[in-house]
Amino acid sequence: MSRYMPWLVLLIFASVPLWMQDQYFLHILITSGIFIIAAISLNLLLGYTGQLSLGHVAFFGIGAYASALGSLGFDVEIFGYILVVEPKPVWLAFMFGIVAAGLAGWFIGKISFKVRGAYFVIVTISFAEVVRLVALNWIDLTEGPMALNNIPPVTLWLPGSGETTFWRKLPNYYLVLVVAAIAFELIRRIVQSRIGRALVALRENEPLAMSVGIDVTRYLVIATIVSAAIAGAAGGLYTHYVRIVDPDIFLFIYTVTMVIMVIVGGKGTLWGPVVGGLLFGIMPEFLREVAAPEVQWIIYGVSMILIVFFLPQGIMPAVSRVWRDFRYSPSASAQTTKEGGG
Amino acid sequence: MDQFLQHVLNALILGGTYALLGIGLTLIFGIMRVVNFTHGELYTFGAYMLFMFVMSMGTNFFLGLVLAIVMGVLLGALTEVVLLRPIRGADIDTTMLVMIGAWIAMQSLEQFTWSGVAKSVNSPFPVDPLVIGPVSVSWGRIFVFAVAILLIVGSHALIHRTRLGKAMRATFQDRETAALMGVKINQIYTATFALGSGLAAAAGALLAPVFVVYPTMGDAAALKSFAIVILGGLGNFWGAAMGGFILAIVEEFGAGYISSGYRDAMGFVLIILVLIFKPTGLFAQKERVG
Repeated sequence: MSRYMPWLVLLIFASVPLWMQDQYFLHILITSGIFIIAAISLNLLLGYTGQLSLGHVAFFGIGAYASALGSLGFDVEIFGYILVVEPKPVWLAFMFGIVAAGLAGWFIGKISFKVRGAYFVIVTISFAEVVRLVALNWIDLTEGPMALNNIPPVTLWLPGSGETTFWRKLPNYYLVLVVAAIAFELIRRIVQSRIGRALVALRENEPLAMSVGIDVTRYLVIATIVSAAIAGAAGGLYTHYVRIVDPDIFLFIYTVTMVIMVIVGGKGTLWGPVVGGLLFGIMPEFLREVAAPEVQWIIYGVSMILIVFFLPQGIMPAVSRVWRDFRYSPSASAQTTKEGGG
Repeated sequence: MDQFLQHVLNALILGGTYALLGIGLTLIFGIMRVVNFTHGELYTFGAYMLFMFVMSMGTNFFLGLVLAIVMGVLLGALTEVVLLRPIRGADIDTTMLVMIGAWIAMQSLEQFTWSGVAKSVNSPFPVDPLVIGPVSVSWGRIFVFAVAILLIVGSHALIHRTRLGKAMRATFQDRETAALMGVKINQIYTATFALGSGLAAAAGALLAPVFVVYPTMGDAAALKSFAIVILGGLGNFWGAAMGGFILAIVEEFGAGYISSGYRDAMGFVLIILVLIFKPTGLFAQKERVG
């Protein structure tokens, strides 16, 4: 992909509200965007370190709850002390959510990377279930199944209009777009940095990576923290957009949705989660008219198996292969060999 | 004290089925190096099969139980041949993704077939519980425990006393060498997956009359199986059996004395403790730290 591609895509998405007035379609794009941010964060772990986080929704949900609670204010009793937190501005609560999710990522990474193999998967999936139980049972803090209501929308100071509260879909759309662009750029920089090369080295051959002096566990923990924090940011966006959060946010199907987005789009590619996220964010809207939810999930499960069987690298690598073949068609093949397939 | 004894008894009875789940999963992981995410669905499948035979078709309960386990074995074998055989030799992540896909597809298929409404299965046992001094236990649960112990002993005998079991153990120790000695690896894998799946289906079918049957019941079972297997050490038969009972005891006491809302969280607490203090599992003989 060329250097201008990200800017071109950003421009196209920024122009969507100009030619598409349908509010419902905008809503679908916003929720897809939030899931794309989560999928981008999952891709850092699944794609670049080869570690599958099956509890990614836990970080998403922790970000959502922490951000919601910070903006609503809460009081909680810990070992006899009562901690009272007054309602904070939304941007501060949003940062709080990111930090809380990052801390959870640190804990999970620290614990589960003591041993390799299936442990990380099992620990993350159990962690998500435990966090769901906590959200369900710690009613003093989370309201349990009654859900946290009336969460304030994002308020930002914007040039031209001053303090603006994001009640409508349009500003939320641009907010999600900006955060998604930041997450994309952050992951791009990490992947192309020393850390990214270390991560790929340990994915490909861990003993070799260790033998050249890469502190494997440390890099894995760093990747988990970054990934969890970005997922927490997605959760924060979600909570201030839909303005209600309940323990169902921790349902396993959301993790599965993120995993499918990454796998189908292409794990370990920058654009994979974006393509997969758009596909699986918009497709359900069309499937809904022809298929019941169960049938939809059967299709998801089967398509996941088929992708692994027949297109194990996902859509994006296949697309860029076709694209390259197209660009360097026989007449230009001499150039291809000179550039080494660049 | 009476309450304490009652909790111990409940834990023992529950532990039997947990051990079945754990042994099934640990065999599949130990021999095939596959993290079997369909394990919980096989558990659900076993329960639904019992429901189908007993409640829909009016089969005798005990015959229905045997048939349900057989169906579990068959589904396990089918899963192995269709999904795992084509990607033999692929890395652990690839098989994991395929199994997750199968998990989602199976669960949604169960929901599609039997709807999301919980079903109950009538049991042929008397309603009055057996009362021994201060504690009481229903006959249905005693039956569950007895069959679970029978199946555990049976699978242990299968692995340690038969030719097939010998081949399984050889494959567990060294796949290539076993293949060179003439062990048919493909058949061993199918047999292992079928056996593990059969044990999960048995656990589901046994518990169906005790609890109710619903499509997502397997999720909690799968998480518990993972916890049990980590407790016992991946691939360790007796570790999984013991792990099952330990998890049951911790859950029962945690729910009884701490909070019943966090019953299903106890497994996670155990996993965390094991990973902090003894990452190789409580009963591991050799190091597995990577």
